[in-house]
Amino acid sequence: MLRRFWATSLAADLEYQVNVLIELLAVAGNLAGSLFVLSLLFGQGGSLGGWSWEEALVVLGLYTLLDGITSTVLQPNLSTIVTHVQNGTLDFVLLKPVDSQFWLSARTFSPWGLPGVAAGFALIVVAAARAGARPDGATVAAALVLLLSSTVILYSLWFVLAATSIWFVKVWNATEVLRAALVAGRYPVSAYPVALRTFFTFVLPVAFLTTVPAEAILGRGSAPWLLASLVVAAFCLFGSRKFWQFALRFYTSASS
Amino acid sequence: MPIISARGLSKTYRVADKQPGIGGTLRHFFARRSRDVQAVSEVSFTIEPGEIVGFLGPNGAGKTTTLKMLTGLIHPSAGEVEVAGCAPFRRQAGFLRQITLVMGQKQQLIWDLPPLDSLRVNAAVYGIDDAEAKRRIDELAGMLDLGEELTRPVRKLSLGQRMKAELLAALLHRPAILFLDEPTLGLDVNAQARVREFLADYNRRHGATVLLTSHYMADITALCRRVLLIHQGKLFYDGSLDGLTERLAPHREVRFELRDPPPAAAFASYGAFESQDGQQLRLLVPRSELTATVSRLLADFDVLDLEVSDPPIEEIIGRLFRQGAVS
Repeated sequence: MLRRFWATSLAADLEYQVNVLIELLAVAGNLAGSLFVLSLLFGQGGSLGGWSWEEALVVLGLYTLLDGITSTVLQPNLSTIVTHVQNGTLDFVLLKPVDSQFWLSARTFSPWGLPGVAAGFALIVVAAARAGARPDGATVAAALVLLLSSTVILYSLWFVLAATSIWFVKVWNATEVLRAALVAGRYPVSAYPVALRTFFTFVLPVAFLTTVPAEAILGRGSAPWLLASLVVAAFCLFGSRKFWQFALRFYTSASS
Repeated sequence: MPIISARGLSKTYRVADKQPGIGGTLRHFFARRSRDVQAVSEVSFTIEPGEIVGFLGPNGAGKTTTLKMLTGLIHPSAGEVEVAGCAPFRRQAGFLRQITLVMGQKQQLIWDLPPLDSLRVNAAVYGIDDAEAKRRIDELAGMLDLGEELTRPVRKLSLGQRMKAELLAALLHRPAILFLDEPTLGLDVNAQARVREFLADYNRRHGATVLLTSHYMADITALCRRVLLIHQGKLFYDGSLDGLTERLAPHREVRFELRDPPPAAAFASYGAFESQDGQQLRLLVPRSELTATVSRLLADFDVLDLEVSDPPIEEIIGRLFRQGAVS
């Protein structure tokens, strides 16, 4: 089913040929901009919150990777929830014998984030090697698990925010604010003042998105953080499901 | 054993109460007031398998709300509803596979792609394998008279073609119960007739149960032997279409054009005077006296043109409700 979903959305995307070029240029420009800002922060040598230039690049690589996943799957799907509620076409989703959260979260797929995923991955590998990390199998596995939980956390936050459109109808701006806040994940969380660090760990779990997986890749991961990350991810996913079921009770379906 | 049953079905919406103008907007922003609107109130009926039932009522009567409760899109505020042995609002997969909802004003087809791509998604969703899906698409496309339209992007289709493709998409999983909300809305007369024939054909072939709302009386007369009439959320009539026409439209409308129209009072002995627009006049005449009245009109006046018709359904229903004639 997923294959067919994505094949049709790919086809729909390719209907507009010029978009392909524009999106590719945007990805390249974005990454170049991020690298430039980071290089300014470091200037001549030095460190950022106890992270060396190469180590910080791992964090940036993770951010780029997650941002790519966001553009590929999260953004195209979750932004349509709002449209569905506005137009009342959520009706058709709810009438299908498929889990509505699954449909809304996996219905489309946009290839434009894939260059970001590739660039982020390459950056992580190169930067980790230059930082002197010699990851063994267990470290790589831990990093992958952490990356998966980052994605789940990010997804759940976004989904819950998009689901509030059932009450407020227009939450487009709110999801943009979330995406902007997540830009904080470009840099190691320890680079921020204590108050912000606490906020990014416990309120908006940005720390779990990039910093924690980066530490695992660099061989500085610890079992408690791995566990905490998994717990946070499971909690967020469970919460988003419950929240969706709760929200649907209030769905009134735009009049036809 | 009824396939659809509703007992005391009610739905109350909470809506914002906003006064017009900038003052009203500001007041509304700071102190939001809302009131409850009873969209559907204590509606009870049952429908047997294979029936085609027309669901009538003026705009805002509660037709769509009722359909949404029957399809499980919204929770009823009170009452019980059972469709195909399930409680719709639970939205169990087994229930959803048996029903479909077609809305004339909303579309499920992907706008930028040919209908065939959307159909393939639907086939995957309902777990229909490719060979079977192709067979069903061919059958339905034949019944609907659709051909190369299926490989043209939806945005390039005419309204009639798109509606037919929507029907195809909605029926691919061969549902036993069809909920149709204004399926012929905005279509030209030919396309309306085509859709109507298709629905009758589908009902015959698959024994499907159909609940249909429409503003076009022709849809109802062509398809439904039984109608439900709803007004201000309450069920007013449940019975045969013949009974409804007799009760609702014991009069026929006679429109005629006179070279030199006399004052309205001159028509008192012919029928109920409706309106006059220049030389155009409208009278309501009891069915039983129709022939006699028309011959008298032709004999007594210099008639340029004359036409007899049923008054529009909205008008018939409106008159019924004004008279308070309730079954």
